[in-house]
Amino acid sequence: MAKLITDIENEQMKQEIPQFNVGDTVQVHVNISERERQRVHVFTGIVISRKGSGLRETFTVRRIVAGEGVERTFPIHSPAITAIKVTRSGSVRRAKLYYLRERVGKATHVKAKQSGKTKSAK
Amino acid sequence: MVDALLGKKVGMTGVYTEAGELVPVTVIRLGPCVVIQVKTPKKDGYSALQLGFEDRKPKNVSKPLRGHYAKANAAPKRFLREVSWDGEDDLQPGAALTAEIFADQKRVDVTGVTKGRGFQGVVKRHGFAGGPKTHGQGNHHRTGGSIGQSAAPSRVFKGVKMPGRMGGARQTIRNLDVVRVDKERDAILVRGQVPGPNSGYVVVRRATAKASGS
Repeated sequence: MAKLITDIENEQMKQEIPQFNVGDTVQVHVNISERERQRVHVFTGIVISRKGSGLRETFTVRRIVAGEGVERTFPIHSPAITAIKVTRSGSVRRAKLYYLRERVGKATHVKAKQSGKTKSAK
Repeated sequence: MVDALLGKKVGMTGVYTEAGELVPVTVIRLGPCVVIQVKTPKKDGYSALQLGFEDRKPKNVSKPLRGHYAKANAAPKRFLREVSWDGEDDLQPGAALTAEIFADQKRVDVTGVTKGRGFQGVVKRHGFAGGPKTHGQGNHHRTGGSIGQSAAPSRVFKGVKMPGRMGGARQTIRNLDVVRVDKERDAILVRGQVPGPNSGYVVVRRATAKASGS
């Protein structure tokens, strides 16, 4: 019986989700319908958290717009999210980057991941 | 037209709309239901169908009931209910009905038995506000307060809301939107909650009330 629910959920899940982690800078392409028109909105920022699992997994992206912090939470499997592009991988030591909210200016900078370093560590 | 089918609540999940909205849905396994008895105006004074849902071991069924199922050439069932029917379609005992009959249905009513909550106070059972939390209260935090007047009428009126057994009662939720009818899996997805625990039996009926609003 529970399989029925798993099946219904799996059907809706996207097959390919780009690999991205907390601390990465991403571009999220969101479909927005204004009356009859459809357009794609791109929201760029740092991923500060990933929550939940399966169909209900969400991630939060934070960016600074005109000096004001803006955060948006997106459901990963939502059909309105057409693409997630990682532009920069960040190196962080927390699962949730909520500390960025208290910081301004240069302190909000997340260190870039050293390429190759993580691979050799494994 | 058959008005209702028997089913089992499977559980809840979500379904995304194209706009990206996650709609909360309850999954109900609906049928296949077997017609156990056909009631006709000639014989019974009205038209109706008796439906059975989910097999049961014959050894766990009383002999008279076993005979009743045998008449329809069907295996004994766990859930047996009469549903209204206009007598139009040609249905014989033993015929199977599936979720397909709800394919074009926009809204349904769902009847089930709510989860038993045991003996509950008035705050949970009737939605009373309880007493104040502070300002010199003794133990009035979740009390119901006065239950009536004094010398006249010098009794408590019938039906006054008081603590007691809650839940375990038949309840119908009306006008639930049908999100999807899954013919392959014999399932129906309705928006919102349905009474009872997961794997509880429910009756899904075509909505009779006029839709309010939209």
